[in-house]
Amino acid sequence: MTDPAEIAAAVADAHRRGWALVLAATARVARDLDLAEECVQEAYAAALETWSRTGIPREPVAWLTTTAKRRALDVLRREQVFRTKLPLLLDPDEAATDELSTVEDEAVAESEPVEPTDVVPDERLRLIFLCCHPALAQEAQMALTLRLVCGVPTSELARAFLVSEPTMAARLTRAKKKISVARIPYRIPSAAALPDRLAGVLGVIHLLFTMGHTAPAGASLVRADLMDQALHLARMLRELMPDEPEVGGLLALLLLSHARRATRVNDRGRLLRLSEQDRSQWDQSMIAEARDLINVGLRDGRAGRYLLQAAIASVYVDAPTYDQTDWTQILALYDRLLRVWPSPVVAVNRTVALAEVQGPGPALAEIEALEQDHRLMGYQYLPAIKAELLTRLGRRHDASAAYQRALELTTNEVERAFLAERLAEVDHPESSR
Amino acid sequence: MAQYAIMLFAKAPADSADLTPEERAAHARHAEEVPALGGQMLAAFALQPSTTATSVRGDVVTDGPFLDAKEVIAGLYVIEAPDLDIALEVARRNPATQQGGGVEVRPVEASFIAAAATA
Repeated sequence: MTDPAEIAAAVADAHRRGWALVLAATARVARDLDLAEECVQEAYAAALETWSRTGIPREPVAWLTTTAKRRALDVLRREQVFRTKLPLLLDPDEAATDELSTVEDEAVAESEPVEPTDVVPDERLRLIFLCCHPALAQEAQMALTLRLVCGVPTSELARAFLVSEPTMAARLTRAKKKISVARIPYRIPSAAALPDRLAGVLGVIHLLFTMGHTAPAGASLVRADLMDQALHLARMLRELMPDEPEVGGLLALLLLSHARRATRVNDRGRLLRLSEQDRSQWDQSMIAEARDLINVGLRDGRAGRYLLQAAIASVYVDAPTYDQTDWTQILALYDRLLRVWPSPVVAVNRTVALAEVQGPGPALAEIEALEQDHRLMGYQYLPAIKAELLTRLGRRHDASAAYQRALELTTNEVERAFLAERLAEVDHPESSR
Repeated sequence: MAQYAIMLFAKAPADSADLTPEERAAHARHAEEVPALGGQMLAAFALQPSTTATSVRGDVVTDGPFLDAKEVIAGLYVIEAPDLDIALEVARRNPATQQGGGVEVRPVEASFIAAAATA
């Protein structure tokens, strides 16, 4: 009846926009993440078949939610004795009695679909906080978030995390088992716990983006899927928590990085420095969106680490050319960033701005002081920045040693190629041009 | 409701005689604050130092704790709590976490406590 390609596109769109919502709502009914996942998957499969007969419903996500919930209810009714004895997913806000009947009424009521985001605006938030619970290992938090919130198949997760599919499946199973056995609650944290827990969620999203941005090993610099998923998560969180300045800050930071992704490497896959990148290729709408978020956030006055990092990135991006970068402002923002987030990595990155404002000499002194910090032992950008400063000071022999050290610490092949090229330049300055 | 065992770890030999009066008082206060945090204390045990421990592995009996580690188990208590967040809040406030050691929280699968269990 309807064009199969159109149906497939509608299902794919509902998957991207609605997976988290459908799963979160179904998880409340199923009270078991595995059962919820199964039912949601079946609902999406059923959509392909049913929609080609009946046409695409007015509210595809609501249709999927109702269908997945109904399936979960059917299973629960069949296995009622077992399930009521052992609720596998703890929902502290659910009334202890009459759960099944309440849920049933709700599911029936939803057969007259309403815009689902109006009904249960925070279902997805519960799911996100569950997946990023600090009692789970961070690797598991990342995998679980991608699996449950973004609907990424286990096979793709395995590829993204460079592990075998059985390993990834075991990781997900272990995490889900801990959620049910240790009774990690399916709820939004209390106001007192929220700042810490939110920081954990933001950390997971940021780490996913970073993993996509610079894959820790392997030949491809951009694992675009992870970056897209991280951006999708950040947007979702922004929509769900519009008043948290750090949520806007993280989204702005990711947007600014993503806006430049096309220019990070040249046609031959060589890494390009910011000064070499073609600024006309940057995604201006993403940059504008980020700028708005930063302005709103800075006006709020509670600037945290992500907002300040985004503000720094936006100063870089706002300059018409690299040479016109407002280094004084960047340095001032780094000083503010160090106050809210005294990380040695931030201190290293600050030296780049310091070199532009005060010259490579003072920046090198700062780098040498930071070298004493044992937390930076394996941080490959420290010797890379040091080498660059030494080169500018004309100390080619020392620069060569620093580039070699940076190469030892770097696994990404594109970054290695970049460093090898710099090393060749300092070792053989006459032959490089 | 679920039960959680909270195991206290301290620097070997985890001798309570090494605690200052303030530290001892902090532990006593902690035991009293559990209900206010949403948990209920079901049982609590403070252990003698690990120098008094004896371990058995297979047929071999050895002097000392089972695992050779810098930190050893100093005691444990079992609480009832509605979920892990409450149990972790209790655990986080255990003074052991601020005295150079820490705690491990494990859900209890099954339990039995005899009527006259107080040492």
